[in-house]
Amino acid sequence: MEGSFDFAIILKSVPYLAEGMVLTFQLTFLGIAGGIFFGTLLALCRLSPFAPLSFVAGSYVNFFRSMPLILVIFWFYFLVPFIVGHPVGGFWSVTLAFIMFEAAYYCEIMRAGIQSVTLGQVYAGQALGLTYRQNMQYIVLPQAFRNMIPILLTQAIVLFQDTSLVYVVGLGDFLVHADIVANRDNRLMEMFTTVAIVYFIICLLGTFYIRRLQRKLANA
Amino acid sequence: MEFSYNWDWSVLLCTVEDVEIGCIAPYFYWIVEGFGWTIAVASAAWVIAFSWGSFIGILRTLEAPIWLVVPFLKPSMKYKSSVIETGNGAVMINIGWFLHGFATVYVTIFRNIPLLVQMFLWYFVLPEVVSKEAGMWLKREMPLPEYWTAVACLGLYTASRVGEAVRAGINSITQGQHYAAMAIGLTRVQVYRCVLLPVAYRIIIPPLTSDFLGIFKNSSLALTIGVLELTAMTRQIDEYSYQTFEAFTAATVLYILVTAIVMFAMRIVEGRVAIPGMISLGAK
Repeated sequence: MEGSFDFAIILKSVPYLAEGMVLTFQLTFLGIAGGIFFGTLLALCRLSPFAPLSFVAGSYVNFFRSMPLILVIFWFYFLVPFIVGHPVGGFWSVTLAFIMFEAAYYCEIMRAGIQSVTLGQVYAGQALGLTYRQNMQYIVLPQAFRNMIPILLTQAIVLFQDTSLVYVVGLGDFLVHADIVANRDNRLMEMFTTVAIVYFIICLLGTFYIRRLQRKLANA
Repeated sequence: MEFSYNWDWSVLLCTVEDVEIGCIAPYFYWIVEGFGWTIAVASAAWVIAFSWGSFIGILRTLEAPIWLVVPFLKPSMKYKSSVIETGNGAVMINIGWFLHGFATVYVTIFRNIPLLVQMFLWYFVLPEVVSKEAGMWLKREMPLPEYWTAVACLGLYTASRVGEAVRAGINSITQGQHYAAMAIGLTRVQVYRCVLLPVAYRIIIPPLTSDFLGIFKNSSLALTIGVLELTAMTRQIDEYSYQTFEAFTAATVLYILVTAIVMFAMRIVEGRVAIPGMISLGAK
């Protein structure tokens, strides 16, 4: 790899890199949506007065939080086709891995969020005659979400960075596409530097947005 | 829905002598070896992360100016506010803002680039950017290049997280302690060493524990540059034996075991080192 920094190779591969970025964003959004959904359910289970339910939810969270994400990706990548009985494609296996993995982290965030809602609100809901479900749906969860938005978004940035780990199963995300170009044209320096800068800018913009949001929420 | 997988745990236990029955290596030892590398990567990286991260965290809490004495330098009027003439031929330059800014930039950069990309930067890009001899040394002549690259990468990455924890710990101590320490005449170094840090480290034991477990789990990323740690070994067993899930299960159990042991041990440590009379969450 002689010679100086070659910008042409980056410009030439922009469409291919963009294609990878689309997959990165798909994984991120599916991971966030699924993760928050199951994470919230897990949090409700964890806070449930029914001991076996909260035990199962707690074990689930501890289990996934003590596993490296790479190993989780490998597990799902090989296990999902086995359970389904036919090949499902790497994308859905990995998406499921991210959802299940993130659910454990979102569960902890949502649990803190639910606990941040003052008990008076819960009692007021009960006094109005709301059922548990109505109380959660209309009173507690909306407030819990609002309180936790900055932390939920911070976790989303972490997830966005973590999607690069699909590299280990060769799914065509941003990093893998850059890696393919880098190895084909022997331009590792250019491609990986570009990848780092793009990730950095996106994450930094996200961080700034969250900080602004936090200030706004603090003033409200 | 069907699940037709032939579990064969003997795959992990068979030894080299069992070659005739289709077992080509003692996979159990592969797992032990991989586990050893995981521990080796994680602990070496933690040394970097803890010391460098503490330094970064401390820099980010510095507010008052830090004066660096530079002899034989003529101050220019432009930087008047950060330069003082001592009168005996030397000047004092305020480098506080520089150190503080450096730490902030460091944390921002290392937290906003995916760890895997950082790994590639250290392993593939750095040898190309430095001089030819240095690049050769990084790639070939250095002992265990993959191992040390992974250690450096993980250590420097986690240092940014440790730094944030240390900063939060120091900032959570009431200003009164700081003022009291200064009032009895301690120097700034003494204020940190004798008053702020001993309290801060006790407060941040839980986040530090999770940072350490983060390094332990993230050491699996070293497989992408060719370190044969635990996860890499399980992949290798899968490729050799086609018994995918036995090896995965063994690795999973090991990861969970270590996590549980570390968390249990740190909870005991937290209780032991707690200062009586100070509120310490989690220590019971």
